[in-house]
Amino acid sequence: MERPEKLQQVFGTTLTSHRNKSSLTRENIPPPAKYGGRHTVTLIPGDGIGPELLNHVREVFRFSCVPVDFEVVHVNSAVETEDDINNAITAIRRNGVALKGNIETKHTMAPSVKSRNNLLRTSLDLYANVMHCQSLPGVQTRHKNIDIMIIRENTEGEYSSLEHESVSGVVESLKIITRNNSLRIADYAFKLAREKGRRRVTAVHKANIMKLGDGLFLQCCREVASGYPDITFDSMIVDNTTMQLVSKPQQFDVMVMPNLYGNVVSNVCAGLVGGPGLVPGANYGHVYAVFETATRNTGKSIANRNIANPTAMLLASCMMLDHLKLYDHASSIRNAILNTMNETRLHTADIGGQGTTSEVVQTIMRFIQSKGQLTSEY
Amino acid sequence: VPVASGTGGMQTVTLIPGDGIGPEISSAVMKIFETAKAPIRWEERNVTAIKGPGGRWMIPPDAKESMDKSKIGLKGPLKTPIAAGHPSMNLLLRKTFDLYANVRPCISIEGYKTPYTDVNLVTIRENTEGEYSGIEHVIVDGVVQSIKLITEDASRRIAEYAFEYARNNQRNSVTAVHKANIMRMSDGLFLRKCREVAENYKDIKFTEMYLDTVCLNMVQDPTQFDVLVMPNLYGDILSDLCAGLIGGLGVTPSGNIGANGVAIFESVHGTAPDIAGLDLANPTALLLSAVMMLRHMGLHDYGNKIQTACFDTIRDKKVLTKDLGGNSKCSEFTADICRRIQDLD
Repeated sequence: MERPEKLQQVFGTTLTSHRNKSSLTRENIPPPAKYGGRHTVTLIPGDGIGPELLNHVREVFRFSCVPVDFEVVHVNSAVETEDDINNAITAIRRNGVALKGNIETKHTMAPSVKSRNNLLRTSLDLYANVMHCQSLPGVQTRHKNIDIMIIRENTEGEYSSLEHESVSGVVESLKIITRNNSLRIADYAFKLAREKGRRRVTAVHKANIMKLGDGLFLQCCREVASGYPDITFDSMIVDNTTMQLVSKPQQFDVMVMPNLYGNVVSNVCAGLVGGPGLVPGANYGHVYAVFETATRNTGKSIANRNIANPTAMLLASCMMLDHLKLYDHASSIRNAILNTMNETRLHTADIGGQGTTSEVVQTIMRFIQSKGQLTSEY
Repeated sequence: VPVASGTGGMQTVTLIPGDGIGPEISSAVMKIFETAKAPIRWEERNVTAIKGPGGRWMIPPDAKESMDKSKIGLKGPLKTPIAAGHPSMNLLLRKTFDLYANVRPCISIEGYKTPYTDVNLVTIRENTEGEYSGIEHVIVDGVVQSIKLITEDASRRIAEYAFEYARNNQRNSVTAVHKANIMRMSDGLFLRKCREVAENYKDIKFTEMYLDTVCLNMVQDPTQFDVLVMPNLYGDILSDLCAGLIGGLGVTPSGNIGANGVAIFESVHGTAPDIAGLDLANPTALLLSAVMMLRHMGLHDYGNKIQTACFDTIRDKKVLTKDLGGNSKCSEFTADICRRIQDLD
């Protein structure tokens, strides 16, 4: 019979710290599913390039002796039932953390078959999508010195999936904005800005046209901003924002916005720093966290050809390691990735090179090994 | 191609100078057209809203009459007064003439450097429904619902316009921009209509692309895009994004196509009240919109001549207005274009 203190030690973190309060930054969410010093993380391969990229992640983790075990859950995008995605959601509830590829949404299926990715986000209430766009030194882009954090509301807005055909040939799609979720995401944005030492938060909206909806969002941001006098708050209309982004992206610091504008702005920013293969993304809720590539592409056309860029998914796995408080492993892999990025001849096609995925991954593992850390026999 | 009515070979165009810098850039355009001897007779009208019988806001009847007769309009920037009681003038014009398509050709201006070169695309935006239906409700305190409306008729109409435009302007492909993975029914309907219309235009290549993929690819390689057709909100964002690629709203032309052959071309920048009346404004956007108008009317030679003169002036960099990086006056810029037109003759 285990002594009570020992049980408390093992299970204590999971039992008590969920009560650990209102702080919305990931630092206070404890890593659950830890037993014997090893973490269990749900892995959803998805479609397109997802499976191969996640295999590379596992390869690198195995090589670097990262104490993470993956529980693989497959989601079949070709079936109409929601059993697969529900299994995945249950697995994430159990483990608390997941790493995923994108699950395709087939147009040939009826409109009642909703996006699986969206179902996952809303069921687990992963309300904050966080993306950090930074110019990488080894990558050639038109704009330099970009460093933008984008915080996007991830559960409501235009993605509420509430649609109906009121009369034949007339479809209504509802965009829902609530005070609670707007306050929540604004709070997250300001807390994160403060934590990272950022100076300015810009709310992106279209309140001149959607006066009630985006008007409410903006108002909530202003309310939260008043509680953070050390951080400058301003707002910008979404079309002007995209124009500014392609001419002077350096003016932006932290940006917060509702779901759809978040989709547009994050893709624009990802394109500005070098493309979908480079930027990792994270979806945080109060309790769960799911990591993936920032622009959520399936990449069907480049799947299984060994040409996909593994950087985004590997950086996402590093974000996950940070979340699990395995900081040393995260830094070691991240440094290896950034060093590899400087080798232009290894660049994959999306950033203008001819390198293969496996070459990039091998080089990353070599960098990790050269730092003298423990690696498994290969 | 619709040709407006006119007398003695001259075609009448309703000119709406607008507010702020509107009047001065309009006279710049008129001067340039005069120098080019373009067969255009300008009919100036004011569109400030008035309250009609029954209390509904409407544009002045003489303005409406002029537009209905001439079918072609050129408009400068209009200020949208806050709390004036009446809706925005642009909205009023749109409703009065059922301006369903907003067309913005975005072509890199040689001589005005931006990080993007060789941009040559056209955004065609559905302008009557979609996310801008203006239908919003407060369901309960703290929960707001905005309704996005997509109808079969409007989607078909805009798709048909897009393909016609592509055919008439020798463009190779039309791409429908959508988010049908998330908005399955609404964007799904839009997409279906585009596909149906594409069947009748087998000479034009039709593709579909998610909004986020378009944004992602647009900022990396805009040369892969040709004609883009999309619902209202995506069109708003994308057309401004593309304007940003070529240098901003100060150099971007725009045209609005309505039912019954009406077309209003406009500059989409603001009224710039801080420089109004100081001869500092840049007439390029309005001028290029006027060139678009000439092409729409079938007067391609005049259109090309004026555009060439304008681009040459910008490329030469000797008489640029402040926003283009120089310190010349609007009148000097205009005079230089006029001089080049005379040289071209």
